[in-house]
Amino acid sequence: MKIATPSRLSLIPAIATGALVLCVGGCSTMTQVGTSLGQATGFVSADQAASINKSAQAIEKTFQDITPEQEYYIGRSVAATVLSTYRPFDQQQANAYLNLLGQTVAQFSAKPETFGGYHLLLLDTDEVNAFAAPGGLIMISRGMVRCCHSEDELVAVLAHEISHVTLQHGLKAIRKGRLTSALTTLGMAAGKTLGGEQLGQVTEVFEGSISDITSTMMNNGYSRTTEFEADKGAVAIMKKLGYSPTALVTMLEQMQKQLKPGGQGFAKTHPSPEVRIAELKKLVGTTPTPVSAARQRRFQETMGSI
Amino acid sequence: MKRLSKYWFSLALIVIAAAAFAAAPVAMSVQVKNGQLRATPSFLGQLVAPLNYGDRLQVLEQQGDWSKVTAPNGQSGWVHTSALTKKKLVMKAGSDTVPTGASGDELALAGKGFNSDVEADFKAKNRKIDFTWVDKMEKIKVASEAMQKFLTEGGIQPVEGGKP
Repeated sequence: MKIATPSRLSLIPAIATGALVLCVGGCSTMTQVGTSLGQATGFVSADQAASINKSAQAIEKTFQDITPEQEYYIGRSVAATVLSTYRPFDQQQANAYLNLLGQTVAQFSAKPETFGGYHLLLLDTDEVNAFAAPGGLIMISRGMVRCCHSEDELVAVLAHEISHVTLQHGLKAIRKGRLTSALTTLGMAAGKTLGGEQLGQVTEVFEGSISDITSTMMNNGYSRTTEFEADKGAVAIMKKLGYSPTALVTMLEQMQKQLKPGGQGFAKTHPSPEVRIAELKKLVGTTPTPVSAARQRRFQETMGSI
Repeated sequence: MKRLSKYWFSLALIVIAAAAFAAAPVAMSVQVKNGQLRATPSFLGQLVAPLNYGDRLQVLEQQGDWSKVTAPNGQSGWVHTSALTKKKLVMKAGSDTVPTGASGDELALAGKGFNSDVEADFKAKNRKIDFTWVDKMEKIKVASEAMQKFLTEGGIQPVEGGKP
């Protein structure tokens, strides 16, 4: 999406009309709306502006009030909880390749910049699984990597997990109302460092939030809609990056062969690959991905014997 | 006729006001731990300077997802807009400089809410949860030169956002 520069915008007659309507409501309103929206969208109608401003204020008091810095701390504890259940696969070469791939892919996502950045780690388990903690800490099992027969397919898996991060699916799993109580405590504390009792209250909400997210990720799974959203996000990233998105379909076909119905991991927490493939084929078609020799070589070297 | 000229006069005034408003530089804050100012609007673009959390930048123009900005030290360059917030970040919690009554729309306190103190308290209460590998994985950082090499060697040509 190309946003016009301010100088170009000033020539658009439409903005004059917008300015007129906004000025009727007082020029301070115009500044407020302008500051919030002018630079982000270039131009919105008065009605849209008022409505956006109003809903922005309402959301502000819920999970949107979680700054990227707070999202980072939530993500760290979520990842630590996952890593208390699954052992990391401590192989430097494989993890370096995974990060080279994942961090590059993240640059082409909707949110390339998070507070602490994207970092990836392999998990030492045969179970087919992957976890994306808020803020960009992503963990992929050896079993999951075995579902991928090429770099392109592994990129598809990573793009799906990165989309969970950019769409803030983890944060959205926090039970409604939980954050409101923390925000009340924080509101009372204003800018001061939290005292013992207040710190205890906030930690309690923090613990609850971590538990909401990890139980969703590890036991219950996200909703089908949420998973399809992440698949769509993955397709968008792959197209932007120049990898063929059909690799996501071929990866899912392999996963389908490996997943045991009623089994652990993905089988338990995700819609069946079959259902996801059917949805994806509407988006990407069925043209097979041409395999690049250079990519296949480096994939085999690092992940071939995983 | 008189009414019509009045209309045109009003419209001209509004256009001037809108131009003045639109041309005014907008300030935004860096909301990531380690930001990067780049020479071109791309992650593969040359690094001009690092940016710090909370740095206030003047936005000069926008191009797609990238903003051209002037950093506090006067250097100009491009930064991805996802690294920026329109809020003013107040860096020190507990400082007297925090304005009272300011709304969440206008400013955010760095280190507010879920922070390192809360994490430490969480660790103390959940001793079985080990952060060793979380700290280790956070140290794995891929430089943009390595990303560029990786893409080139793999014959990958990004459609958007990847040209240096």
